[in-house]
Amino acid sequence: MGMYAAFLAVAGLIVLAFLGVQAAGLHFLFGALIPYVAFLVFVGGFAYRVYLWGTSPVPFRIPTTAGQMQSFDWIKPNRFDNPSNGFGVVVRMILEVLCFRSLFRNTKSEIHEGRLVHGSEKMLWLFAILFHYAFLVVFIRHFRLFLENVPGLILIIESLDGFFQFGVPFVYLTDIMLVAGVLFLLARRIVLPQIRYISMMADYFPLFLILGIALTGILMRYFIRVDITAAKAFVIGLVSLKPVSAPEIGVIFYIHLFLISSLLVYFPFSKLMHMGGVFMSPTRNLANNSRMVRHINPWNPEVHVHTYAEYEEEFRDKMKQVGIPVEKE
Amino acid sequence: MYNGGKILLGLIIFIGLMASPFIFGLGKGDAKPTPSIDTPEIKAMAKKQCVEPKEVMKTEHMKMLNDWRDSVVRDGKRLYKATDGKEYNMSLQNTCMKCHSNKTKFCDKCHTYVGAQPYCWDCHLTPKEGV
Repeated sequence: MGMYAAFLAVAGLIVLAFLGVQAAGLHFLFGALIPYVAFLVFVGGFAYRVYLWGTSPVPFRIPTTAGQMQSFDWIKPNRFDNPSNGFGVVVRMILEVLCFRSLFRNTKSEIHEGRLVHGSEKMLWLFAILFHYAFLVVFIRHFRLFLENVPGLILIIESLDGFFQFGVPFVYLTDIMLVAGVLFLLARRIVLPQIRYISMMADYFPLFLILGIALTGILMRYFIRVDITAAKAFVIGLVSLKPVSAPEIGVIFYIHLFLISSLLVYFPFSKLMHMGGVFMSPTRNLANNSRMVRHINPWNPEVHVHTYAEYEEEFRDKMKQVGIPVEKE
Repeated sequence: MYNGGKILLGLIIFIGLMASPFIFGLGKGDAKPTPSIDTPEIKAMAKKQCVEPKEVMKTEHMKMLNDWRDSVVRDGKRLYKATDGKEYNMSLQNTCMKCHSNKTKFCDKCHTYVGAQPYCWDCHLTPKEGV
């Protein structure tokens, strides 16, 4: 159910952009106003979401302990899977963010010959990392259209990406990887009954949306080409805050742009916030030092205590009178 | 906010990265390339038209050059029949560059602007200009 709804929603966005640009001629609305608003919603929403997370107290140390904790000197601790200091946490976070280490430990359980067996499952990790890095390279590559003088580094990335020099213009390897990654992540939710059972519209929608963005981009580069010089001039107009209406660029460009705007607006309100959330997850970014450092819950109410010293101070005379021993004479 | 310093630092880096195209883009936007067709050969033409209309050439020239190369190198066929019926010799150096003899002021203008790196001149001799 959610799958069809998500698909229809993305199809609807495409039709909306097509009609808005082709039939109604709203080039400025779809080309400039909506992207500006989307960008502001994205950055503002992202920052606000992170701020909300930042204001949530984390009173206890709750790291997932995936290895031997720091203990006696003669027991070897696992420094990175159960870090007890800041350095270990930094390494753990780097491994998590750059290598998806926790996903690498993904397992699956199956009934084999009547018995439940557990085994390692690396495909999800493989396609997830393929997808994320391909997306990152595609994102970085796009800066050739956002910066007036293209930096040499971006040209190098671009030529490496088109290394095999097939197709016109050269087919980018990351285009293929990105689509392969999304299709795997999508197929997983459609084909596997267990995963399908727990998948909702919010799981399918971003996948269809990213697939739409990738496919419109691929169409625009290899099949329904647009005047790329005019497109870059238009984008430079956007980032230099001098937006213009550019009806000479093909409608596919506006569909691509509108889908990206939709993604940006959707981002802060969705599971995609794992981009910021991975840095904020207390099960990863806290050192397991509960037994070395006393952590005081920051929202504990102030408790008025009456220590024994104060008690004795108050009742010393009476205690002496009835012969109760006191610490201080 | 708890651990406010680290979170704010992260947010500032994030917003800085996101805003970087705007920061670099400020005051820019006037460098839209204008490829020059100011060559003696084009000036002498009565009707200034390329092999195909300008709008088609803008988006399809890379594909056309690739098709030409395949046709010439693999099949040995050099005759191109344009959509308006005219016939051309499929040749980068003898047909394209005969009119567009100003590579640096024509080809390179847009290619540099959008960061396109075509491999034409890996094999072909880079034309001498100003002759």
